[in-house]
Amino acid sequence: MMDAGRHPNITLLTYSEVEAVSGYVGNFTVRIRKRARSVDEEKCTGCGLCQEKCPTKVVDTAYEAGMGKRKAIYRPFSQAIPNIPVIDRENCLFFTKGRCKLCEKVCPAGAIDYNQQDQLLDVQVGAVVVATGYGMWDPRKLPQYSYGLSPNIITGLQFERLVSAGGPTGGHIVTAEGKKPERVAIIHCVGSRDVNAHPYCSRFCCMYSLKHAHQVRDHTGAQVYQFYMDMRAFGKAYEEFYERVQEEGVIFVRGRGAEVEVLPDGKLRVKGEDADLGRLVSVDVDMVILASAIEPQPDADRVAAIFGLGRTPDGWFAEAHPKLRPAETATAGIFLAGCCQGPRDIPDTVSHADAAAMQVVRLFNQGEVTISPTVAVVDEAKCVGCGECILACPYSAIARNLRGKAEVNPALCQGCGTCVATCPSHAIAGLHFTDEQIVAQIEGLL
Amino acid sequence: MSEPFEPRIVAFLCNWCSYAGADNAGIARMKSPPNVLPIRVMCSGRVSPEMILRAFRAGADGVLVLGCHIGDCHYISGNHRTAKRIPLLRNLLAYVGIHPDRLRLDWVSSAEAPKFAQVTAEFVETVRALGPIKKELGL
Repeated sequence: MMDAGRHPNITLLTYSEVEAVSGYVGNFTVRIRKRARSVDEEKCTGCGLCQEKCPTKVVDTAYEAGMGKRKAIYRPFSQAIPNIPVIDRENCLFFTKGRCKLCEKVCPAGAIDYNQQDQLLDVQVGAVVVATGYGMWDPRKLPQYSYGLSPNIITGLQFERLVSAGGPTGGHIVTAEGKKPERVAIIHCVGSRDVNAHPYCSRFCCMYSLKHAHQVRDHTGAQVYQFYMDMRAFGKAYEEFYERVQEEGVIFVRGRGAEVEVLPDGKLRVKGEDADLGRLVSVDVDMVILASAIEPQPDADRVAAIFGLGRTPDGWFAEAHPKLRPAETATAGIFLAGCCQGPRDIPDTVSHADAAAMQVVRLFNQGEVTISPTVAVVDEAKCVGCGECILACPYSAIARNLRGKAEVNPALCQGCGTCVATCPSHAIAGLHFTDEQIVAQIEGLL
Repeated sequence: MSEPFEPRIVAFLCNWCSYAGADNAGIARMKSPPNVLPIRVMCSGRVSPEMILRAFRAGADGVLVLGCHIGDCHYISGNHRTAKRIPLLRNLLAYVGIHPDRLRLDWVSSAEAPKFAQVTAEFVETVRALGPIKKELGL
């Protein structure tokens, strides 16, 4: 990210959203709303003094996954690029109550600008890569996991904050009471591979859950119970890691964790079936980590509409071909990278992003775009100039020429053939899909 | 004893949705009836009423037109034309002695492989129940 931020040919627009896209491959116009961060990006040096002095603390539901706090003027996380803070106008004292202005006073660069407005930018681009990632499914939707009822029932993402040296506990794995857990349960497939939530496999939770088990064993020596249905250690060196975690003494229970009960003393009882033993099991633990499902971003509908993307039934953006064109979309010049197209882990995301980048490089290197020869042509001898085709064409690719006859602009024509089927005089032929060719196919088939 | 009746159905499939849907149904190893004989067109809007009548004249027992859902047309609005044409043609078919149910229009996106399998299977059974078109036309 830092390299991207420094690269002379890359303009990073963070805290910005695409509002509209028009044009076609090689000639897109993208309207971007650059949201007001209330900090002048030219003046800010990234010293962080404003953030230090800001009196308002807010629970950080984004980066800290609700485990920690941030200020009302903040950088999303400490290595954020660009290193420029933003004022959260919903919580800032000045924006809510009209007083404070402490950040303005302490800023040595005079970069705070409370009057900054959103900017609309129209950018000309030749290609677009959509890499909008995934959203987290909320485990409250399946109440049997009791998520939200005890602070010691956490998601994998929350555990990541717990185990991070920069996290709220400084990297110590402790319960909400501040004690080292003695027993920890990790439940796989929470919301994934479940007809009541998402039928698909979220794909990378098996591996991070194994990592979490390893970290709990390594940091605390606690007993770890891992409830899983199938261990999908599918990648290079993944199976080896699975074996290593087994050797570290983690107890693997084959069977979905069915229920988490919060006991009166605050302990957590995890119930499930051990399919290998063929009986129901229950274990009392101090902490439960839910490997919760990932799902398409909450605004995927809007993004799909803006870029004209197809969706698969589970809501991920549709690629042009599931096996042969995984980074392309049905629209030329628009590509996909990463989890917006479907769940994938880091190595697969990097490969997918590389593929999308190479598709763009290939497109630009050619310098010209090859269009399909499937276009409509008018036989002027038959055309009576009625203009029905002009009304039918979705691309305004047909116009009357000086002779009063219809003429197709082949650069604009996309070859749908709607005009061909509309023409009452049979004066238009869709190349490669002429009436004669289709009739020959019908007769050949029957 | 004659062979049991197997309807022959011409299916006009839009390149962007139902043709890909049929492809995906195949990739997913779903069963769809072999009675359906696909013809790829770039858009369901390309399917003129003449083409459908030519298919019936050539001996098709049924004609299936599958396009993108309204609002999802790869060509913005080609399928709007289809949505108007096919119901009109269905009404006219009765005048020439062809049961309107021998022509079906449906929307199948590229992601709807199960729907492709379901629609084709249903339509084959509908046409099977109607019997051979030659019998209907007294040929």
